[in-house]
Amino acid sequence: MTEGSPRGGALRSLSRFSWRRPGLKTFGQISAPVAAFLFVYVAALVALLIQGFWTTDSFTGKVIHSWNLDNFRAIANDPYPTIILRTVLIASAVTITCMLLAFPYAYFMVRIAGRRLRLVLLVATVLPLWVSYLVRVYSWRLILNPDGALNYFLNRLGLPDLNIAYTNWAMWLVFTYIWFPFMVLPVYASLERVPYSLIEASADLGGRGFTTLRRVILPLAVPGLAAGSIFTFSLTLGDYIAPSLVGGPGSSLIGTVVFESLGLANNAPFAAAFAMVPLGIMAVYLMLMKRLGAFESL
Amino acid sequence: MRFHRSSLIAVAAVCLIGAACGGSSSPGTSTDAQPSSSSTGSGNGLPQPPTATIAPATSIGAGEGQLNMIVWEGYAQPEWVKPFETQTGCKVNAKYDGTSGDMVNDMKDGGGGQYDLVSASGDASLRLIYDGDVVPVNVSLIPDYANLMPQLQSPPHNTINGIHYGISVQWGPNVLLYDKTTFPTAPTSWSVLYDQAYSGKVTVPDNPIQIADAALYLSKTKPALGIKDPYELTKAQLAATVALLKQQRPLVKKYWGLASDQIDLFANGGSTIGASWPYQVNALKGAKKPVPVIGVIPKEGVTGWADTWMLSSKAKHPNCAYKWMQYITKPVPQAQQAIYFGETPVNKKACAVMNTLSKGSCAQYSANAPESFYNSIKFWKTPIADCGNGQKNCTDLKAWTTAWQQVKG
Repeated sequence: MTEGSPRGGALRSLSRFSWRRPGLKTFGQISAPVAAFLFVYVAALVALLIQGFWTTDSFTGKVIHSWNLDNFRAIANDPYPTIILRTVLIASAVTITCMLLAFPYAYFMVRIAGRRLRLVLLVATVLPLWVSYLVRVYSWRLILNPDGALNYFLNRLGLPDLNIAYTNWAMWLVFTYIWFPFMVLPVYASLERVPYSLIEASADLGGRGFTTLRRVILPLAVPGLAAGSIFTFSLTLGDYIAPSLVGGPGSSLIGTVVFESLGLANNAPFAAAFAMVPLGIMAVYLMLMKRLGAFESL
Repeated sequence: MRFHRSSLIAVAAVCLIGAACGGSSSPGTSTDAQPSSSSTGSGNGLPQPPTATIAPATSIGAGEGQLNMIVWEGYAQPEWVKPFETQTGCKVNAKYDGTSGDMVNDMKDGGGGQYDLVSASGDASLRLIYDGDVVPVNVSLIPDYANLMPQLQSPPHNTINGIHYGISVQWGPNVLLYDKTTFPTAPTSWSVLYDQAYSGKVTVPDNPIQIADAALYLSKTKPALGIKDPYELTKAQLAATVALLKQQRPLVKKYWGLASDQIDLFANGGSTIGASWPYQVNALKGAKKPVPVIGVIPKEGVTGWADTWMLSSKAKHPNCAYKWMQYITKPVPQAQQAIYFGETPVNKKACAVMNTLSKGSCAQYSANAPESFYNSIKFWKTPIADCGNGQKNCTDLKAWTTAWQQVKG
């Protein structure tokens, strides 16, 4: 392109224009991704919310576009409060278990393990993520079956059978296993950022191992634990496959209700209204996390 | 046959409102005669679906070269699709759906012209019919229609007021499955599924339509409830059924979603009694380590699922669709599909072919069962608010789904 050609001239003047007005320049640069975000994420959510106010014709199954709050009211009816409570309890239990397991594990990787062992452990942590979700859940079914691996080893140790297949205990175990990497990685990242000098300083000031852990390392790991908990909590809130595969009677979660309303009854409005429940729970959860200062160092 | 005076009024009222009134068997309204079968006019007196007046084709033209179908996985296997494609020149494009809800969703507004046929189950077919997504089918263009078992020529889940909205494909009874080691004497009643003695050993399908099984049991054991049709339950009848199912819940080991869930549980002793399909019975008997199970038809009778090929109201390839319906009801593809999927063919002539393909498979899938067996089966149909007696006080699938969620807890 030669100097002064029409196209080059236009580009140059555009360049000069944007240089003089940096605000407009930034706007021009980010407007496309922002628009995509608005259309894909926000619009979809708004569409979902609007659906929740509609209803379906009981005869034809067609969606009727008349505004009412029936679907939201129905959430308060039996059995939905129980299901919501169960979901929150299991999600909390899974999150706490993951935290308790992930913190010492990540601490070991960061502070104690050598470079090679650390790499091996990191790979071992993310390895399950390379395998299909379904395969991992099914493998737990094989482990928990009455004649499965769990009882085989228990019997070998002279212990009685443990029959937790198709119970909420099984769900708790499987969720903890499946979401564990999502907790380990952020905790690992946050612990890795704790400078060694701080620990030395703590020791110089007379802090013993446990005091240092409690007053120096743990507070600095909170953002990592919080980030991990957001993953484990929200992933459990929305899951419907694990309850159907390893859960038993009385194992329905929020995801199960949404799936059944859509997939069996074709009642999209109620499914949409119910899908607002985890959204609300997450909003409350994130607010709590913010209070805890989880986002300050993010 | 449910036929009351009030239903006449209901039909008349619907006509006045302006809905289409066709169908030769709805009395008093013979505006345009449909080519319909004269066999048992099931579902008499129901409101006319929106597409009832659309006259079906009277002849089949040349194929359009393509055929788009929504099917259950395993319904469009190369084994029988390939010969069809070479015979007719119609290339089959199949989309697999996992649930009846998905099928209804994909077929909304006639599938938007994207799909020609759908293999809808009985818990979806009435929704498709009343939503106007499917159109009447001229069964006289399908030679093997006459060979279909009579109970599935005009079943209430695909034939309304004598008008056919498709042709039956395959079906299967829901049997009582038990382990012989636990039950030396065969149970003869569904009551074992509600018996405290088998606590923690019961497996039941995870589907709202399962409510009909309990309703069928109640219709025989508690006649005072007045349940005539297990798919047409008033609020009180549904509540009584839910109460029974809630009693059953502590006994249930697993509400199974996949047939393999139940097979696993019977294989490892987790379950010894359950509501099941013939497919599981055969899979367990034929396993490497065979499980001594038997599937029986209890004295209260059984429910059964039945699928129907339904023609989209916006089908772009209707000729290929008719050619498919002609082909898939023939004995050979019927037998192939039955054996592949573990279900029962609708064509009675398929029995002999089944036995040549796999010895004893005809009896295995009760394709040669006596007439009384077929008559005892209550085939799945979508629960709708209209009870078929002119009253609109029945509970619909929405209510059933909520009720089922209450049962499972």
